[in-house]
Amino acid sequence: MTATDLKGAVPTPNLTGFTMPITAALGAFFGLLAGQATGAGAFFGLLSGAVVGAVLAYILVTLVPYKTGRWAAIAVMAIVGFAFGGKIGIVVGLLAGAVMGWCAYWLHTGRYRASVPPYATAGQVLWHNTFKLICGLILFFLIAPIVIIIPLSFNAQDFFTFTPEMLALDPAGFSLKHYQDFFTNDDWLRPLKNSVIIAPFATIISVSLGTLAAIGLSQSHVPFRRAIMAILISPMIVPLIISATGMFFFYSQMGLFLENTFGMSKSLSGYIKVILAHAALGIPFVIITVTATLVGFDNSLTRAAANMGATPATTFFRVQMPLILPGVISGALFAFITSFDEVVVVLFVGAAAQKTLPWQMFTGLREQISPTILAVATILVVLSILLLTTVELLRRRSERLRGMSPG
Amino acid sequence: MTDTAQSGPVLAADGRPLKASLNRALRRQKMRAMLLIAPLLFFILITFVVPIGQMLFRSVENQIVSDTLPRTTQMLGDWDASTGAAPDTPVFAALTKDLMVAVEKKQHTRLGSRLNYETTGVSSLFRKTGRKVDDMGEGYTDQFVDLDPKWEDPVFWADLMADPAASALPMTQDAYAAFADTIISEDGDDPREEQPWHTVYLSLYQDLSAGADVGSLPAEVATAQTAAVTFQTEDLIAAFADIDEDWLSVDTWQTIQTYSPAFTNGYFLNAVDRQKTPDGSEWRPEDQQIYLTLFVRTMIMSLTITFSCILLGYPVAWLLANLPMRQANLLMILVLLPFWTSLLVRTSAWKVLLQQQGVINEIVVWLGLVADDNRLALINNATGTVIAMTHILLPFMILPLYSVMKTIPPSYLRAAKSLGATNWTAFWRVYFPQSVPGIGAGSILVFILSIGYYITPEIVGGTKGVFISNRIAYHISSSLNWGLAAALGAILLVVVLLLYWAYDRIVGIDNVKLGG
Repeated sequence: MTATDLKGAVPTPNLTGFTMPITAALGAFFGLLAGQATGAGAFFGLLSGAVVGAVLAYILVTLVPYKTGRWAAIAVMAIVGFAFGGKIGIVVGLLAGAVMGWCAYWLHTGRYRASVPPYATAGQVLWHNTFKLICGLILFFLIAPIVIIIPLSFNAQDFFTFTPEMLALDPAGFSLKHYQDFFTNDDWLRPLKNSVIIAPFATIISVSLGTLAAIGLSQSHVPFRRAIMAILISPMIVPLIISATGMFFFYSQMGLFLENTFGMSKSLSGYIKVILAHAALGIPFVIITVTATLVGFDNSLTRAAANMGATPATTFFRVQMPLILPGVISGALFAFITSFDEVVVVLFVGAAAQKTLPWQMFTGLREQISPTILAVATILVVLSILLLTTVELLRRRSERLRGMSPG
Repeated sequence: MTDTAQSGPVLAADGRPLKASLNRALRRQKMRAMLLIAPLLFFILITFVVPIGQMLFRSVENQIVSDTLPRTTQMLGDWDASTGAAPDTPVFAALTKDLMVAVEKKQHTRLGSRLNYETTGVSSLFRKTGRKVDDMGEGYTDQFVDLDPKWEDPVFWADLMADPAASALPMTQDAYAAFADTIISEDGDDPREEQPWHTVYLSLYQDLSAGADVGSLPAEVATAQTAAVTFQTEDLIAAFADIDEDWLSVDTWQTIQTYSPAFTNGYFLNAVDRQKTPDGSEWRPEDQQIYLTLFVRTMIMSLTITFSCILLGYPVAWLLANLPMRQANLLMILVLLPFWTSLLVRTSAWKVLLQQQGVINEIVVWLGLVADDNRLALINNATGTVIAMTHILLPFMILPLYSVMKTIPPSYLRAAKSLGATNWTAFWRVYFPQSVPGIGAGSILVFILSIGYYITPEIVGGTKGVFISNRIAYHISSSLNWGLAAALGAILLVVVLLLYWAYDRIVGIDNVKLGG
């Protein structure tokens, strides 16, 4: 593929009046940063960056085909970066080369106008692309904090920032010791165990009760539907701190009652308290997702099943349940993550024996801040990616199923 | 037969009138729906609604004063604080009796800390007095025993008090009953084996000097009544004043009197920086007013967060709604991943990024934008809270905005432009008004979530960036002023419920969607 193949409907922009100055400006920006960082001086960086940008743009778009050019730009800039800034300079150079090479071709081939109508004015094109840049920055703001803790969690030092060794890509700067600490330290393993005990039980309670109620709520004649819905959704609306305050008083009395009347051990009653509290918090999510699935449910299917002699139980398990299963599962995942992620209520309702993973993280962040938190955070990010994928797949499946059912 | 069928009501297959039959079917359907909902409703009521209700009740409940000092609060009813003098001896006598019971039941320190929320110093006053109260009235005991050693005999006392005629000595009976109850419940002792407390003798002296009719009681009582006139009286007021001068202070007594009723609005007044006085309420001293400031700060910061969420969320939602489906779905992952990531993970990420030695500061110093000794203070202040919470709540703004924008046909904008509108006019006059419901839904959601936030402000907020919820948590776990925590919580709850009501009116709670 050559540069000319990528031309759009628009004429090739002026090379010296358009593509070169803009790439030079981009180069100047990178040069400014590099000059500041290496101590070579801001002005020198600015100037040499601009020159490099202009020359690069000229060579690329006039002499080199697209694919080769992109790689060549990256390679050249990496070498330049290495010459000025050592190992870390390579990384910066790679980045600058990729961006500048892309920019030169993007401008020269006219692809920058690809998503605006041909009659758009220069100002409109500029605004359109600036808008995209702004959106990109906002999305960067959303995702960067989560991504940045992943490399930090491999830090060999007990620091919360990139050490010079890490920046120099020195293998000695990286280690798995925080992960090792997480999987061997009892301070982290016990909370992990508690979280793994509490969340599934809370999920089972919220899902079983929530699904039944959602089916009831989706019937056509339900007295006080709005009021009931408001009560069932309330755990999601009431600020957690208020729920926690209320539960703190009530559940301590309930714990005493369980211990004195049923002779339960303190730890068992503690688990029961936290599980019940978390189940209550997870219910709104189950109700919302399952009712949303039931909106598309065709009631004539249950009537048809009944007509063919199925008992209500058979109808439920063989006809209704498979159809609403995606909604139930994503509700369950929401309930699970609510419980797995919950700190405030467990902080007030639970005792030290029920310390969960988020609680331990909270204590860790507030008191003796340990880098193991970053290892835990990375593991949790991986977990949330898995959950997100599952929910997304389920949602698509549900939409497919709904598309098939009539009505 | 045919005639009746035609003139009468229409019948169903089983011969009942169709209307009744349909009604029955409807009733059955309703019953079935309710039966399905009932378990969950019951569960939520027990595990969630009742606890919240109980907390609200706690914000006005104040039985501890009248429960612990029943006799004193009753006697104080007639006392008028405006005279500027501490109450008379009978009130002190009642206080002695109440405190004696409270000390044995170990309740006086709890009462002390309760009243200490209102007037500082009461807690130590009660603790100090509690240590010495069991000596009070000893003079009367000695004088009764000197008169007749029988007064020392527990069995004699038990029999005397069991006598129906003992109702002539009401105070003694009351004090003895309190003594008997307490030693049975607290120590498991038998009143027939223990000599009564001095307070019982004190009450007996009070009864006898009040001229009780002891004619039908054993002769010892009558003898004692005659002798009591000559008894040397014990100055209770001086005894209390000896323990602590504060017992002579009108303030102390006023506090007890003001908080005597079983229910109080004191916690709520406290929660809005006012304090209870005998004639209504007044502002607290300037240096003690913190809650209104905190409420205002919570509101302002929540508004700032909501506003920054609109600012950042609107362009992204617009982009998502106008991109082709495949690209939009890819970008949507960038929005949903933070939404699904643990709150603690995101908060710790910000703690790491914003620190003095954190990644952001390192980068700006490396780039030479700020000097090394002049690093940006991004954490432990309001800035930190606003940045971190905007990031955390942004998906809650983008998702409702996106679902509203998805329904706006792109042809409207094109139509406006073809009619000669500029880009800005087309957006502002055509597109924006249609996206307002999305802004409303997202804003209320973000605002509701942010005014009740606790975890993030606690970790990145320092002292200047905390919300009212952090104060509630402080009162629950550190200062143990639960009534005040409940009152603050109740105010916050009312605000949230009002917003929720508005949300329900604007969006409808059934339309809440999760994850796009």
